[in-house]
Amino acid sequence: MSACACGNTAPKYPELQEILSRHEGEKGSLIPILQEVQAAYGYIPEDVIKEISLALDIPATTIYGVATFYAQFHLKPRGRHVVRVCQGTACHVRGGARILAEVEKELGIKPGETTEDLRFSLEPVACLGCCGLAPVMMVDEDTHGRMTPDKVASVLARYE
Amino acid sequence: MNLFRAHVLVCGGTGCTSGGSPEIRARLEKELAAKGLDKEVKVVTTGCHGLCEMGPLVIVYPEGTMYTHVTPDDVPDIVNEHLYKGRIVQRLLYKEPLTEEKVPHYGDLPFYQKQKRVVLQNCGYINPERIEEYIARGGYSALAKVLGEMTPEEVIAEVKKSGLRGRGGAGFPTGLKWEFCRKAPGEPKYVVCNGDEGDPGAFMDRSVMEGDPHRVLEGMIIGAYAIGASEGYIYVRAEYPLAVKRLRIATKQAEELGLLGDNILGSGFSFRIHIKEGAGAFVCGEETALMASIMGQRGMPRPRPPFPANQGLWDKPTNINNVETWANIPDIILKGGDWFASMGTEKSKGTKVFALTGKVRNTGLVEVPMGITLREIIFDIGGGIPNGKKFKAVQIGGPSGGCLPESQLDLPVDYESLTGAGAIMGSGGLVVMDEDTCIVDVARFFLNFTRSESCGKCTPCREGIKRMLEILDRIAAGKGKMEDLDLLERTALVVKQSALCGLGQTAPNPILSTLRYFRDEYVTHIQDKRCPAGVCAALLVYRIKPELCRGCTACTRVCPVGAISGTRKEVHFIDPDKCIKCGACMERCPFGAIVRG
Ligand SMILES: Cc1cc2nc3c(=O)[nH]c(=O)nc-3n(C[C@H](O)[C@H](O)[C@H](O)COP(=O)(O)O)c2cc1C
Ligand code: FES
Repeated sequence: MSACACGNTAPKYPELQEILSRHEGEKGSLIPILQEVQAAYGYIPEDVIKEISLALDIPATTIYGVATFYAQFHLKPRGRHVVRVCQGTACHVRGGARILAEVEKELGIKPGETTEDLRFSLEPVACLGCCGLAPVMMVDEDTHGRMTPDKVASVLARYE
Repeated sequence: MNLFRAHVLVCGGTGCTSGGSPEIRARLEKELAAKGLDKEVKVVTTGCHGLCEMGPLVIVYPEGTMYTHVTPDDVPDIVNEHLYKGRIVQRLLYKEPLTEEKVPHYGDLPFYQKQKRVVLQNCGYINPERIEEYIARGGYSALAKVLGEMTPEEVIAEVKKSGLRGRGGAGFPTGLKWEFCRKAPGEPKYVVCNGDEGDPGAFMDRSVMEGDPHRVLEGMIIGAYAIGASEGYIYVRAEYPLAVKRLRIATKQAEELGLLGDNILGSGFSFRIHIKEGAGAFVCGEETALMASIMGQRGMPRPRPPFPANQGLWDKPTNINNVETWANIPDIILKGGDWFASMGTEKSKGTKVFALTGKVRNTGLVEVPMGITLREIIFDIGGGIPNGKKFKAVQIGGPSGGCLPESQLDLPVDYESLTGAGAIMGSGGLVVMDEDTCIVDVARFFLNFTRSESCGKCTPCREGIKRMLEILDRIAAGKGKMEDLDLLERTALVVKQSALCGLGQTAPNPILSTLRYFRDEYVTHIQDKRCPAGVCAALLVYRIKPELCRGCTACTRVCPVGAISGTRKEVHFIDPDKCIKCGACMERCPFGAIVRG
């Protein structure tokens, strides 16, 4: 996306305008707006924070504070697929750390990082809520239960 | 309306869905149509049945035959044999672990026999995306009764009589809380459903929201009427997209039928529900932090009082209850407070849902009457410890709870006795641990969790947890001193007494309870520099026994860090400096040549 200051008035983030108008007049709308921005762009671009700040009349620092408080929000672009390896109690007891080690090795990144080709982001998570299947990892919206280190590579290979 | 001679229920809970239940459903429909049975047999996708370990589950009614570990390729047999010829497919039945006996009937499973299902009564029976099915099983009749025949005061009196206490952790009497909020001055009033479920190792609330969302809505509408609230919020954890979807569908359906919105059932009472998705912060389960989050702020707790009943959302009177608390309300109204109070112990009434996980045979969701013993839950319902291992401890109440040993297993499950033993009821996570679990590692695990989830606002929690974790790290690395144990205990007590919110106040519980019941194991780590369970990596060495190694190279291939060297058919060697002690090689070795010590 290129910024342009030559009189072209087309908004740089058209989806943002839609999101903002959808929440107009709603109480406590900052978090849902950030969630929708993230869903639309994959992360929360800095310029967008400024625009939200103007639209909601909330200081940009406050928005930044909220965005960095919650684990869900990201200020940098993320991979096309998000991998979450559960480190909750049930998964810990059943060997979740080994699954995470294998994923780290396979992708060459640590939790919180993104692969250079923007294919995968690895996110830490404590409990995915399906502890009966421990150890569990999730790729995007798919849950993969009863994982073993052996299965990691073949699961990841399914996501391009 | 079309009448069906049989119903096939396919579990659509998270566990079974990831195991392939959508494909099973598709295949069922295809095979039924091929046999011309699609007008006689109906396929229903339900919420979680609780027995996630055995999934994907398929249950055929009217017989109530339960098939376990079903794959799409088993579907032709179920259709041809069971539904066409009326013969049960023996090979797919649940087998009793001890006797190997096959159990054809859902209700005869030991897993279900000691359970008492109130909150979960519909989970696994109905399609949660159809309000008609909830209504067909008596849904919304409690709401009709309340709006038609009861004053708000009578509703509160009934809830008080039931003895229901909050299921979100602290166990505050629900009726009393409602009364405070009703009497508090200020308009409008709000009710909130706490669906944050942050305890890592628990999924009770998720299953209720996903499997029977209307029960939660009905409870909230009744509560709102009793309290005089006009707006409600359901705060759902970010990790539960399916729960959000089902709740959205449910609120829409309820609005369409006039059960939610303006002038509900013509009573003049109006109430609206908004669904808010959390954004990933454990502390947001704490009520004041949760309200800050709903208002779009950083989810930081604040001191109480003022309590939410007086100053909650937008400084108005607000009543917060847990998902399971709300889900108990409809039955209390329909069957009466006395009925509810007839279950349980003197001070803890009704039932409690637990997520039974970890090293136990039947992992899953169980609902039991209060007062049942932990032993009954773990051994009779849970089927005991798998792989011939020994029970070591059970962790109750998540990061705020405690670890109880074998000697405490006959404790009745109620708020007071669990607290007395150093654990808490919590929201209902029960993680079973066997002899391969290291207690120091468990305490470290929880502290690591609370350290990263601490919001940082108050010093005791922010700094105290870090200091305690440093001590535990030292002990796990074999560098602990005996004085460390006293320092740990002292710090734990200080944090417990001085932290701002429940997160910090309860974070020391895992340490205090493990020091109380498993002090020996700490001492072994410190004095003998040994981890008896073989978990604390720094205290372990992996070694290959030359006389047993055949040089098959299996270990070199699984080693994630390339620490094992050796050529084919020759004895291999593990480089102790490179080894990260993950144990993968030991598990893989077909000859038992790798030892840990
Ligand atoms: C750190 C922390 C986390 C909490 N997490 C939850 C939670 O996930 N779900 C919940 O219902 N209550 C949670 N609570 C308890 C709530 O603050 C509150 O007591 C509860 O929602 C009240 O509902 P109840 O009376 O129905 O139990 C938490 C408390 C603390 C201190
Ligand atoms: S602990 Fe991993 S899914 Fe709950």
